[in-house]
Amino acid sequence: MSKALNKQVMTAAQREALAAYAFLMPNFLGFLAFTSIPVVLSLVMAFCHWNIFRPPSWVGLENFRSLLWFHREGGRLVANDPFFWQYVYNTVYLMAGIPIGMAGSLILALMMNQRLRGIVVLRTIYFLPTVCSGVALLILWKYLYNADIGLINKIIRLIGGFIYSSRPLAIAFTVLCAILLGLVTIAAAVCLLAALRYLSDRAGLEWGDGIFRTLAILSSTAIFVSIGVYGRVLYSHLAAFFAIPPDWLGTVKWAKPSLILMSLWGGLGGYNMILYLAALQGVPSSYYEAAEIDGAGPWAKFWSVTWPMISPTTFFILIMSIISGFQSGFMTANILTNGGPAGSTTTIEYYLYQTAFEKFNMGYASAIAWFLFAVILILTRFTWRIGGRVVVYE
Amino acid sequence: MNRRLPLGKVIGLYLVLGIGAITMLVPFLWMLSTSIKQPSEVFSATGGIQLLPKYFFWRDTVVNGVKIRAWWGNYPDAWREINFLRLYMSSVFVAVVGTFGQVMTSSMAAYAFARLRFPGRDKLFFAYLATMMIPGSVTMIPVFVIMKRLHWINTYQALIVPGLFSAYGTFMLRQFFMSLPSDLEDAAKIDGSGYLGIWWRVVLPLSKPALATLTTFTFMGFWGSYMWPLVVTITEELRTLPIGLKYFVGQHSTNYTQLMAASVIALVPVLILFIFNQRYFVEGIKLSGLKG
Repeated sequence: MSKALNKQVMTAAQREALAAYAFLMPNFLGFLAFTSIPVVLSLVMAFCHWNIFRPPSWVGLENFRSLLWFHREGGRLVANDPFFWQYVYNTVYLMAGIPIGMAGSLILALMMNQRLRGIVVLRTIYFLPTVCSGVALLILWKYLYNADIGLINKIIRLIGGFIYSSRPLAIAFTVLCAILLGLVTIAAAVCLLAALRYLSDRAGLEWGDGIFRTLAILSSTAIFVSIGVYGRVLYSHLAAFFAIPPDWLGTVKWAKPSLILMSLWGGLGGYNMILYLAALQGVPSSYYEAAEIDGAGPWAKFWSVTWPMISPTTFFILIMSIISGFQSGFMTANILTNGGPAGSTTTIEYYLYQTAFEKFNMGYASAIAWFLFAVILILTRFTWRIGGRVVVYE
Repeated sequence: MNRRLPLGKVIGLYLVLGIGAITMLVPFLWMLSTSIKQPSEVFSATGGIQLLPKYFFWRDTVVNGVKIRAWWGNYPDAWREINFLRLYMSSVFVAVVGTFGQVMTSSMAAYAFARLRFPGRDKLFFAYLATMMIPGSVTMIPVFVIMKRLHWINTYQALIVPGLFSAYGTFMLRQFFMSLPSDLEDAAKIDGSGYLGIWWRVVLPLSKPALATLTTFTFMGFWGSYMWPLVVTITEELRTLPIGLKYFVGQHSTNYTQLMAASVIALVPVLILFIFNQRYFVEGIKLSGLKG
């Protein structure tokens, strides 16, 4: 091989590399300026005291100590920043909507996966809240939840006025509610028992079916008897609820459930539903046929074919929901509730915003951000590990 | 699932899906209905549920000595009050420039990652991937400080420039570029095309679906962006649509007829965009789930 040819080959590779760097340059500069350097800066800031008006001063672990640690007060352990832990609790509480929403989206996708006329129209309707999400929609919900003139309370008062106009109707309604309440509680008890059963099997305890059957029957009876005994209390509670419906966003008791309900409405037919629909359409129909030949009914087909086949999607949605769930709640708090009442709807993200851009406590806010990052990393790793065992990849 | 469903099941499905659809639509209908009502109608706590307004006049009318506004009256009132024209211009400007820039920088970087060989490529790509895990709130505070140092607070640069570079967009396009056949590129290379020519005349035209999807999502991201514009804008001229609406709520917290009219005005363009780009929405969502 001559020296000249060798040189030419070298320059071709070099030219390609040069072109590649030129193509990368704009994006890479932005990546440096707005991602990598800020991450390092943020980590440094987390160890500083800094209110942006005066130069920052290094305080070591002080921010993290005030944020995460405890001190003794009259013999009791008190968090250095009790508000922060309340906001962590709020954030986790609001994430209770995630599994409910996922189940709802899956059920909706299963229904939409049927050959029905007008399914595209229905899908568009269910997707509307996702498209329209944002300030305008939050304003709408502020209006819907209004205690006096909101649509939700108007509907409750209308129904209440109809039911409580006659006593037999009111009693019948109470009984119906009691039965529903009983069924829901029993379902929860059965789930709990099933989990117990699973754990005891795993632990190698040879508890027979009999124990669990007896426990199930006993707890169901107990639930129904107690609802019967407290029927009068239920009656008066229901009557009070329908006579004076709650101030949804204005009371500590109802604010968080209201926000969960709102996000369920908004998210049911959104991204997750579309993802599930795509996953369902990807399950080969031969699998269902094989299951049918084995004599599987719809229930068995779902649990033995559909559920494992779509488990990667479930896993993906779960991880993404956890990641976004910890970072959510800013817009809702900022527009709908101002984080109130009594801080009951302030999430970590909203607290971070307040700390950084209302109190200009940049160091402390950075510490909050890194706490958030750490929690997300740990939880994602944890979910990933469990997912590796449960999720079925083809 | 090619079999026909039994009739009972079809009716049941329609019933459940229908009730759900109504639940989805009712809030929107209520918003429309409120936006064409008189303030006095909305404000009576004891009032029942009227979907249609009590007064429906085409022009302002006096009834029993009380002036009643025309049904469409809340719209021009809200439009003027909130200076929608300015908000729209700001929002459109920021979203269009930002989206164009992000798609350009992302597609250039993605082309380099997918098609060119250079030292350190895989390490750098891994660094890009790793940053996708970092919550936005970690980088937001330092970026704000950088903006302050540059004296960019309350400028369009602050709204646009940090959003021009996206690890996610780069990743998504890179995955798509990887799947393109290399024959056309080779042909272009033989024809004497440079890398710039291949990127612009071969790779980009072949990637229209991926580009359209990224464009749709980036545009929606800029359009709905809330926290960052709230942090870096101070004066009214720069406010984007969400921020303008927020201040409007602050000042007119109880004037629900105008608030609903404003909400409708804010939602209409998004709806139109959605109806024309529905395909890309669905495709984009599916793409995002493929990694899972």
